[in-house]
Order: sequence, then structure tokens, then C-alpha cells
Amino acid sequence: MKKVLTGILAAGTLMGLLTACGPKAPENVTLNALFMKQAGYSEDDTAAGTKEFEAANPGITVNLTFVPYENLEQKIITSAEAGSFDVVLSDGPFTAKFAKAGVVQAVPDVPEADKADIFPGALASCVYQGKSYGMPWLNDVKYLFYNKKMLKAAGFSNPPKTWDELVAQSKAIKAKKLVEYPLVADWAQAEALICDYTFFSASFGGSMVDSTGKPTLTSAGNQKALEFMVKSIKDGITNPKSTEYLEADSEGVFLSGKAAFTINWTSLFNDAKDPKQSQIASDIGIAVLPGTAAVSSATVNGGQPLSITKGSKHPVEAWKYISYLTGKDFQKKYSKNALPIWKSLYADATVLANNPEVVPVAQVQYESIINRPVIPYYSAFSNDLQVRIQEALLGKRTAAEALSLSQKNAEDLANKS
Amino acid sequence: MHRFTHSPGQALRDEGKFAWLILAPAMILLAAVVVAPLIITFLYTFQNKELLSSHNGDFVGLGNYAAILSSGWFWESLGRTLYFTVVSLTLEVGLGLLVALLLNHRFHGVAALRALVILPWAVPTNVSSALWRWIYHPEYGVLNALLTSLGLIDHYKTWLSDPFLAMNMVILADVWKMTPLAAIFFLASLQFINKALYEAASLDGMGAFRRFWYITMPFLMPTMAVVVVMRTMEKFKAFDIFYVMTRGGPANGTMVLTYEAYLRGFTNLEYSTAATVAYIIGFIILALTLVYMRTMKAQEGIQE
Repeated sequence: MKKVLTGILAAGTLMGLLTACGPKAPENVTLNALFMKQAGYSEDDTAAGTKEFEAANPGITVNLTFVPYENLEQKIITSAEAGSFDVVLSDGPFTAKFAKAGVVQAVPDVPEADKADIFPGALASCVYQGKSYGMPWLNDVKYLFYNKKMLKAAGFSNPPKTWDELVAQSKAIKAKKLVEYPLVADWAQAEALICDYTFFSASFGGSMVDSTGKPTLTSAGNQKALEFMVKSIKDGITNPKSTEYLEADSEGVFLSGKAAFTINWTSLFNDAKDPKQSQIASDIGIAVLPGTAAVSSATVNGGQPLSITKGSKHPVEAWKYISYLTGKDFQKKYSKNALPIWKSLYADATVLANNPEVVPVAQVQYESIINRPVIPYYSAFSNDLQVRIQEALLGKRTAAEALSLSQKNAEDLANKS
Repeated sequence: MHRFTHSPGQALRDEGKFAWLILAPAMILLAAVVVAPLIITFLYTFQNKELLSSHNGDFVGLGNYAAILSSGWFWESLGRTLYFTVVSLTLEVGLGLLVALLLNHRFHGVAALRALVILPWAVPTNVSSALWRWIYHPEYGVLNALLTSLGLIDHYKTWLSDPFLAMNMVILADVWKMTPLAAIFFLASLQFINKALYEAASLDGMGAFRRFWYITMPFLMPTMAVVVVMRTMEKFKAFDIFYVMTRGGPANGTMVLTYEAYLRGFTNLEYSTAATVAYIIGFIILALTLVYMRTMKAQEGIQE
């Protein structure tokens, strides 16, 4: 028995030694990169771009991992210390928190010449206290998507320009019994809800924090915005099921022709054109988000930067890889599912040909991008606000009550940090 | 030849050494991935380990416990955790017992039925939770289709949009999955009951209900204790089903303690709060288990 065991142990040790001394040139570097599964560049796009990078940089191999957006943050945090991922897809609202908690490393500054050519909102979402903690990669905002056929049937030739107009059109659509609930939204207890609240708040003249980062949730504009959302559910304009939907759910409802309007990210447009996923392939319309008399339109910055974790052993190679993916070549070639961060590319023939209907709308919409609050305690702030907004949407509290509770919580958080 | 010169005591000592040797890798691994984190987490509960706080690293004594126990959210989440535990456990034990009694009879196809009953339990929780999410889907869910075609509801309902309803729907999904476990435990015990006891009781004129109450139940009590203790612990720790089905929503209707700890730890970076909540969950489970054990011992004493 002992002999057998010794044999097994010896064999095991030998095998361990053999693998450790395998043929491995010292300059070979393997990067581990973390991306997300939904919205923006598809997994295929990212994989293809990575292949191109590897071909151009012999000696660097990149392993890709894709997780749902909802798991992204946790993966980044748990891998940061050991550096088990070198390059991670982060998110604008994480920047301040990750920087302060030392989850990601500071990265080299973008050259001045390039800075002028990148959308300022995208750059700003990577900066905390004057230092850059990532490079904008995925450039995305939310748009209004509408079903052209339904609007026509209800007697409208253009999508709504204001929220009041959206309500009026919805009422006509309801009256004609074209669909029971004209607007379907992603208002589950999740970050998606705060993305939507960001632009509602801005279009009604509100802002979640002031210029110094102090919470201002109880302002008149914020209250009007939330009251609008609540009323839209009460009046049957917004599908009440929206309070359990994430982006993919509301997209499914809209693509199956059960809604006239929805608000979602750029990638919905291509999904809608795909007859395998969509029953409204020929009826899809995209427009800038509606506004109010005071604010013509506002949208939320959903842009996501690429960052390098604190524990990464290969920051130089990681930055090389990030520079490639955020560079003009990649951003031009794969512009079908996500538009470039580079302003100059919007005049580019490839980009235009990839998105003839989206680019003109995007150029207008980019004029009014709102960032979610850049505060270190953003996640705790957002988690609480999600709950309070849902309480208002479900009629458990008034909008004013919900916001003042969240304001109090936000003040506590601000004092703590 | 010298092995024969060993005394029996020496051989025993050698064997002991060898046992330690082969156990060592497992023990080192356990120490590194279980024991050490447990201790470190416990130490966190006495510190400020909020990565975003300017007091990160300060020693706060029992401050974390005091802050959590005096906060509203903790008691709300504890209430929801208790509701989930009590309701789903009661249903599981009740239904499990009924299923076990049924399957304890000999009838055609009982073997196949016993195998089938196990199925929901064999499905990983992540998968079954995703499955139930689809069943409850407000637009194309099977539950809506079923209830509509039976004429019980006239239009599709949303099952996970109302905070209280959502909790009950999660309980239903959990009961579906975990009842088989209780049933199999009870079935195993039922098989050991001497059939002669029932015959004797029948001859003495005992009705079916009294036979169940005076013969079956006392036999099942130890199993019942095991099931209840084990399941209470697991219910208090339930996380995956909430993570997949509702993520604590809507409006915190399904926010249980474990999910609260997860959110505070992994998104808010309040490690000390998360650690303290985790330890409070542990203490509650420990207390409940002690109470159960006491009760069971007391009952055994009465029976003897």
C-alpha cells in the first residue's frame, strides 16, 4: 500500500516538475481580460479584435472571459488584489470608488492631441481627482426606439420630441388599441433604473448631486422627474411589468411588437433589424430621447472604460492591449454595435456605412450626455435610490417621500466617506 | 527484519504519523481557505473595514454590531429572512411528509415515482431559479398561460413586481425544489418502522389517524429534527435563489440578510458591515440549532 502511494506521489511530483519546466520563452506574456456579455461590442467583435492584437504583438496572448454586466463589478473587485484579471471592462460609476479603494491602477494620460478628439463625457468618466483610471472603450448612451408602423397607424409621422408628446402619442395608441402599454422600460431594482432616472432628472431640470458632489435629490426637478415616471405607470402609458425588467427583458417585449416605445442602448437597433430576434425588423425607428420645454433632450452616459487591476503583473502589456482596443482602427472596424469614442470617426465612411440610421441621431444625442454622479460612494447611493424609486413606482410612497429618504441616506454616506 | 522488533505501541505511533501525513494537505488547504478567512472575517467585525471610509482600518470594538442592530434595514431584512424560513420550511416539511407517506405504500410504479420525486432536488439551484424566472415571466411565462387557460385569471399577471407577492413566489420555487429532500428523509425513516406495530394497533382498534399520531410521528421525530435543523440553516443562508430570481427587488421585497451582506460587501465595499451581518447570521443559526437540540433531547426524555 505504502509503495503504491509513494509511486503515485513520485509520479505526481515528476509531472509537476515537467509542466513547470515546459518550453516557455521569458518574453511571453499572458494577459487575462474580463468583458461583459451584453450590449456594445459583441463577444465575436472583441475576440476578433483581440486576435488582431495578438498577431500584431507576438509574445502577448490574451485570454478572454465574458460575464453578464451584473457580475462584472464583483469579478473586478475579487480579482483586483491578486491580479487574476489584468484588463477589466469597468463602468463609469465605478471609477471613483475603484480609484479610492485601490481596485484599479492609474493609467498613462491621454495625449493632448487625442484628448480633443474624444468625447469629453467619456473621458471625464475615467478621471478621479485629476488622475486617469482607465480609457473609454465602449461608447454608449440610451436612445428612444419606436415602432414606426404603430406610430403611423395612430396617425403620427414623427417620434415624440418631448415627454408630454410621448404621453399624447401613447394615449392615441392606447385609444386605437394598438397595444395595451405603449412604453416598456427597464425599471427593475438594478442600475438600469438609475440610468433612466439620470436622464429623466436632467430633462426635468434636476440633478442628483451638485457640482461639488453633494446630494441634491429633493430638488424640484428631481421630484418632477420621478412624478412623471410614477404617473406614466398609473396612467397605463408605461408597462407596469417594467418594474421587474432589465434591459434584455424590455428589449424582448419591444422586439415582439408588444410596445410602441422603449428606451435602450445602441445595440437594440441591430437586434431589432435581425429577423431571428425581432418581429419588427422593418418598423424599427431610433430617435433622440424626448425632453421638456426647458431641456430639449438628455441622455445617460453608459460608456464603459477599460482599466488595469491593481494586482496586474503586466501593466505595460495591458496598457498596450487597451490602447489597441480603444484605438481608431478597432473602433472603426467594429462600429456596428458600438459607436466610436473618437469624434473624427463620425465622418468616416466605414462608420457611416455600418450605421447609416444611428450615426446622425447619435451626433445630436451626444450633445446632451449626463454622467451619473462621480462620487466614491456611488454604489451605496444607487442601491438605496433604486429601492426608493421602486417604492414610488409601486405606489408604496409618494415621490417626495421616496426622494427625501434617499437624500438622507446619501447625506449619511457622504459624511462617512 | 527489523520491523518485527517494533512494539505494538511503536506501530500505532507510526500509523498515527502516517495518518497526519496524508491528512496534512487537506488540513492545510482547509486552514487556508476556510479557517483563516473565518478568523479574518471575525476580526473585521471589530474594525472599520469600509474601503471608501476615511476611517478605514480603525478599531471600533462592538461598534459595527451596535450600528447594525440599531439600524432599520437590518431588522427589515431579518424579518424577511424569518418569513422566508418559516413559511418555506413549514410547507416543505408538511408536503414532504405527505409525499413520503404516499410513496411508502406499495403500488404499481412506485419505484419510478420515487425516482421522479428526487428530480427537482437534483437540479442545481441556479438552474431551477432561472427556470422559475421563466415560468413566472409576465409576457411568456408558463404560469400565466396555465392560469389563463384554466380560466383562473383573465389577463397575464406580473408575479415578481409586487414586493410581498415576489417573496411568496420565491418561496414557491424553493418549496418545489426542496420538498423532495424532506420527502426522501421521511421515506427512509418510514421504511424502518416495524409493520407489526401497525397490525397490532389495528387489532386493538386504533384508527388510521391515531396510528399515524402515536406510531408514525414518534418514529419520525428524530428525522424531523434533522430536517428542520439542517434546512433552517440552509434557508437562513439562502442566496442563489434570490440572486437569480429577484436580486433583492422589487423595492427590497426579497432583500434577505445574505443578499444584504453581499450587496454591502461587494458593491458598497463596506467589508466590515458585510462581515458583521454574516457573523450575526451565523450566531442566529447557532442559537436556533441549540434550541432545537434542547427541545429534541427534552422530547426524547419524555418518550422514555
